[in-house]
Amino acid sequence: MRFWLTTLAILWVAHPACAADGIDPAADARAFRNFFVQKFPNVKLEDFVNGPYALNEDMRRQWEEKEQFPPYEFSLEIGKELLAKPFANGKHYADCFPDRGIGIRQNYPQFDEKSGKVVTLELALNRCREANGEAPVSYAGDTMAALTAYMAFTSRGKPFNIKIPDDPRAIDAYQNGKRYFYTRRGQLNFSCATCHVQNPGERLRAEVLAPALGILNAMPIYRSEWGGMGTISRRFTTCNSQVRGVPLEPQSDEYRDLEYFLSYVSNGLPISGPGSRP
Amino acid sequence: MRISLGAVIRLCQVLVVSPLGSAALAANSEADFKAAYAAADVAEKQAGLLRNQWLATEAALTEAKKAAEKSDFDQAVAAAKEAEALAKASIFQATSEKEAWKNLEIR
Repeated sequence: MRFWLTTLAILWVAHPACAADGIDPAADARAFRNFFVQKFPNVKLEDFVNGPYALNEDMRRQWEEKEQFPPYEFSLEIGKELLAKPFANGKHYADCFPDRGIGIRQNYPQFDEKSGKVVTLELALNRCREANGEAPVSYAGDTMAALTAYMAFTSRGKPFNIKIPDDPRAIDAYQNGKRYFYTRRGQLNFSCATCHVQNPGERLRAEVLAPALGILNAMPIYRSEWGGMGTISRRFTTCNSQVRGVPLEPQSDEYRDLEYFLSYVSNGLPISGPGSRP
Repeated sequence: MRISLGAVIRLCQVLVVSPLGSAALAANSEADFKAAYAAADVAEKQAGLLRNQWLATEAALTEAKKAAEKSDFDQAVAAAKEAEALAKASIFQATSEKEAWKNLEIR
C-alpha cells in the first residue's frame, strides 16, 4: 500500500502540467478576451484583429483608403506563384499541407506530438522545403513573408482554431509562451504585455500600440516603417531589439511557444492577414 | 630676468602634476583589460544561458575590444566594466522575472 501511495505521489509531482499547477488555457483565453473587451467596450470583438485601426479613428480612415491599393498586394502575387511553383524534385509546397495549403492558416501553430514541440506555419514551410531537397529560406525574408501572406489571404475570415492537445508537453509549451509574453526583458525592462496589454491605443512616438488580442491574426504585415513585408519571426525579433534586448534565433522554442500562446488566446477571431501597418 | 607667477605654476604642472597625471592615465595595462573583459564575458555568457542578453552589453564588449586593439587600455577596461555591470543587471532581471512575470498576467 505504502509503495503504491509513494509511486502515485512521485508521478503526481513529476507530472509537468498537473491541475494543481493551475494551468488552464481555456480560462486564460476567456480572461484575455474579457480584459480587452472591457478595456475597449466600443470595439467589436472581431475588429481587434485590425490592431491600431480598431482603436484610432484617424488611422482607420487612412487604412481604409490604403486598402484600395494595399501595399502587400505584390507580395500576395509572389506568394501565389511560389506556392504553385514546383521544387526541383517536381513536388510542391501543396504536397506538404492539407487542402494543398489553401485556407489552413488558421490552424497554425500546431503542437507536433512526434517532436513534442510547436510547429508554426513558417517552420512547416521550411521543413517542407528541406524535405524536398531545397534550402530553407530566411524566416524574416521576403520569400517567407510572401508565402505566408498568400496562405493567410486564403484563410481570411476563418477563425483561429489553435488546439492544445491533452499532452503535458503541449501545456508546457503554452505555459512557456505565456511566461515569455509577460516577462520583462531588455534594457528598457519591457515585456510584450507592457505595450500590448498595458498600453494598447497609446502612442509610442508616431505609432499607436496594438492590442495583444488578435495581434497575430493580421500577420504577416506590410510595415511602412520597414518599407516591406514582415513575418511573425521578424516582428518578434524586432520587438526584442526595440526593448534593447538581443533577439533570440528566429523559430527558437521560445518564439514558437509565444506564437502558440498568442494564437490560442485569439481563438475564434478571424484571420485578417496579410495586414498593413504604419 | 623676471618670471611671472603664472609661468611658475605652469612649470610646476609640467614637472610635477603631468607625470602623476600620465601615470594615472596609464594605470590600466593589457592584463587589466584581459581580466576585466573575462569577467564581463563570463557574466554575458550567463545572461545568454538565461536567454536575456542586452544590446548595450554586446555594444560595450565590442567597444572594449576595439579600444584594446588601439592599446587604449583605460578605455578598454572602462568599457569592459560597463559591460559586466550591464550583464549583471540583465541576469538580475532574468532571475527576478522568473516569478515577477506573474504580476502582469491577465487573470
